[in-house]
Amino acid sequence: MELYLAKQDGQKGKKIALDDMILTKDMPTTAGSKMLENYMSLFDAEVVERLTASGYAIGGKANVGEMCIDLLGETSYYGAVEGEDGTLMTASAMLVKNGEADAAIGLDANGTPRRAAALNGLVCIKPTYGTVSRFGTVSIACSGETVTVTANDVSTAKNVLDAIVGHDDKDGTSLPEEKCAKVKAAEFVPAKRVAVARSLTESASEAIKQKIADAVDAFKANGIEVVEIDDSLLLTAKNAWNILMSAELCNNVSRYDGVKYGYRTKNYTTIDELYTNSRTEAFGELLKTAILFGSETLSDYNYMKMYDKGLRIRRVLSEKFDEIFESFDAVLMPASAKSAYTKADTEENKYIAYDENLYTAPATITGVPAVIAGGVQLLGKAFSENVLLDLAKKLEGAGK
Amino acid sequence: MATKYETVIGLEVHIELATESKIFCSCSAKFGGEQNDHVCPACCGMPGMLPVVNKHVVDLGMTAGMMLNCHINRVTTFDKKSYYYPDLPCSYQTTQWFAPVAVNGTVRINTSKGEKDIRIKQIHMEEDAGKLVHDDWTNTTFVDFNRTSVPLIEIVSQPDLSSAEEVVAYLERLRSLLRFAKVSECRMEQGSMRCDVNLSVRPEGSKVLGVRTEMKNMNSISAIERAIEYETARHIDAIENGTEELVQETRRWDDIKGKSFAMRNKETAGDYRYFPDPNVMPVCIDDEWYDGIKATLPEFPEVKREKYINELGLGEYDADLLTESRALCDVFEAAYAESNLAKESANWIISNCMKVLNRKQMTPDMLNIDGKSLGKLIKLVADGKVGNANARKILDEMFENDIDPEKYATENGFIVSNDTGRIQDVINAVVAADQKSVADFKGGKEKALMALFGKCMKELKGNCDPAVLREMLLKTIQ
Ligand SMILES: [Zn+2]
Repeated sequence: MELYLAKQDGQKGKKIALDDMILTKDMPTTAGSKMLENYMSLFDAEVVERLTASGYAIGGKANVGEMCIDLLGETSYYGAVEGEDGTLMTASAMLVKNGEADAAIGLDANGTPRRAAALNGLVCIKPTYGTVSRFGTVSIACSGETVTVTANDVSTAKNVLDAIVGHDDKDGTSLPEEKCAKVKAAEFVPAKRVAVARSLTESASEAIKQKIADAVDAFKANGIEVVEIDDSLLLTAKNAWNILMSAELCNNVSRYDGVKYGYRTKNYTTIDELYTNSRTEAFGELLKTAILFGSETLSDYNYMKMYDKGLRIRRVLSEKFDEIFESFDAVLMPASAKSAYTKADTEENKYIAYDENLYTAPATITGVPAVIAGGVQLLGKAFSENVLLDLAKKLEGAGK
Repeated sequence: MATKYETVIGLEVHIELATESKIFCSCSAKFGGEQNDHVCPACCGMPGMLPVVNKHVVDLGMTAGMMLNCHINRVTTFDKKSYYYPDLPCSYQTTQWFAPVAVNGTVRINTSKGEKDIRIKQIHMEEDAGKLVHDDWTNTTFVDFNRTSVPLIEIVSQPDLSSAEEVVAYLERLRSLLRFAKVSECRMEQGSMRCDVNLSVRPEGSKVLGVRTEMKNMNSISAIERAIEYETARHIDAIENGTEELVQETRRWDDIKGKSFAMRNKETAGDYRYFPDPNVMPVCIDDEWYDGIKATLPEFPEVKREKYINELGLGEYDADLLTESRALCDVFEAAYAESNLAKESANWIISNCMKVLNRKQMTPDMLNIDGKSLGKLIKLVADGKVGNANARKILDEMFENDIDPEKYATENGFIVSNDTGRIQDVINAVVAADQKSVADFKGGKEKALMALFGKCMKELKGNCDPAVLREMLLKTIQ
């Protein structure tokens, strides 16, 4: 199994694996789809330019699930990645875990990089929305997707993050430099109080509950107060995000129509057949489902019932987080229901990624930062990455 | 008694904004260019590019709103409209659906029936689509993305118009106001002003609207007139004689055939699945921005016209001509401010500047000479320091280069000489060489004096006060 879809040698510096959602001008970018097989971008993503400028070497393009909305990369047109024990794994997580890459850059639209890091005992940072440029990433769900950093340890992840954080004029949602600077600050900030998300934790498997318990112990041992809170409202994030993500995805991938670049069917006589057959032949099943669902949520008759409601839930959730972070420095929660998944799981429930994002959607839909360490997830208020990373340090090494 | 009918018309007018660059990328928005010259990964729909709003587009959207007496939405947002067509590279158009830049305006029109206010529902900003070019030889369709993402505004009127005459008056008024405010050149022949006509017909006095059809593809104001007349007659014929069943649909106007045709249902029907564009943050217009735009608004053309006639003493014809174009007004006002000579300033623009423009095949809107310099030149002429022929040469130079007329006149020997000794020498020489004309003049032929005068003036290279020359010439002969 090839973990890299394209590889690059000879550059000096610590090696970075790029999820194949990040555009590069010297290597193809496929987004895990047949639609973009051999697609060559005319430019590098902003994160690639920043990494190179900071002396990192780009090792290659890691295989990803189609448009990175699946559970663990299983929907890639170029094949799923499985560990020796048959568990699913993303290519970039495996590259980092094996030491073939020092860190990986991903695009978190549906929690995949965070989920993969949690299952593999890696560290993953999904920074505050707007602090890392999305210029040059394959757009999926622009209102929530964020560039992520995955590494074996907190300090490597932090160093790579510092290299890519910053304002970019080419991204209209990019925050001003003074806000980005808060994320880049060198000093870690100790937390005093951490909340545990009760219902999310209860919904997870025993093994995951144990990881949460271990994390609580580690925090308490460091003199941090830990309190369980009612998080039932956070459970609504999943459905709301599924609506927003699918709608935006449907719109964003509509440019892949077989006209300008990418896959074009041989089987057409009219423009409508060109569109329909190219997309039918080149897109996988999960993506097609997402497109149809997204299209429904935006239709005239559903917009107020679905898309608009999704936007309202986003606002309510942001207010809920504001309230939580008035009293707590972070919220501790699982990143997945189970500690391992196999292909059988994804065959049994084809839309498992639309269920398992129960744990990742709260941070995605609100744009707050999330850090994975010790197999668990920590959420904080905007720009509190250094608080989350300080907590993550206390979990390092656990959960492998 | 035969039923009388009234026509109810609402217009959607698309106007391309006069910006240097496109709405979300830095490509040129200029008309023309080789096919696919003005494109980049953003405006041809490649992955990875994100839209960044061109602030000048919002400036012009606000300006248009203010010129049409609209309320400006202080928070205005961009939304995505989805449909598949090969000239739309992203398969969505970024437009304004939920909070357009301007709403609730009015435009006053003047027709044979008097004044009438047409209500404006809204003005929204959006991006243009590209162009399909069909090659019959290879039976292939090509796409030209030069126009994709060129900024547009769409001005949506309420159904307040009731005749072709009113529609023409409305469109001419829009064009005049928006050209005056430098929002757009509004040229229908280049597609920078396009108009869709929503039309229905009902018995006079009826409160119920008839079946509405939308007509597209009219390329001139006269085509719009023809289309409205045809479509009105078609509706009335259908209602009265049942020749066909009227359905709500979009129709394409064929100006050569003089008929409208139903477009394929596919091209028109659709659920556009609008939603807010998450990549474009809401644009917040603060007081400073709002007031700044307000301060740049020009006087309305009719206000200027009145002022030119009543305060500056221009004739109606001159005032009409000048207020056709903002550029002419700007140059006129600057020239007048410098010279304090209103009629001369108007004359110089209407006769001399127009001649140069015509020669260069430029429109009045393209007049870009410095009005202050023109004022200086007019003063030089009025003071008798430069002759008319030489002044026109200086004007020619002003179209090419930024010059100071007095300095240029001095350097080129165009300053009228007051050296009477030199003038007398020239007169003596001319008179000596052309005794026949002298004799003719003395014999009563007035024209002979003109010949002598012309010869002297030529010898003096025009640098002589004509009155002085004439007087000295007469004295010498007599
Ligand atoms: Zn462009």
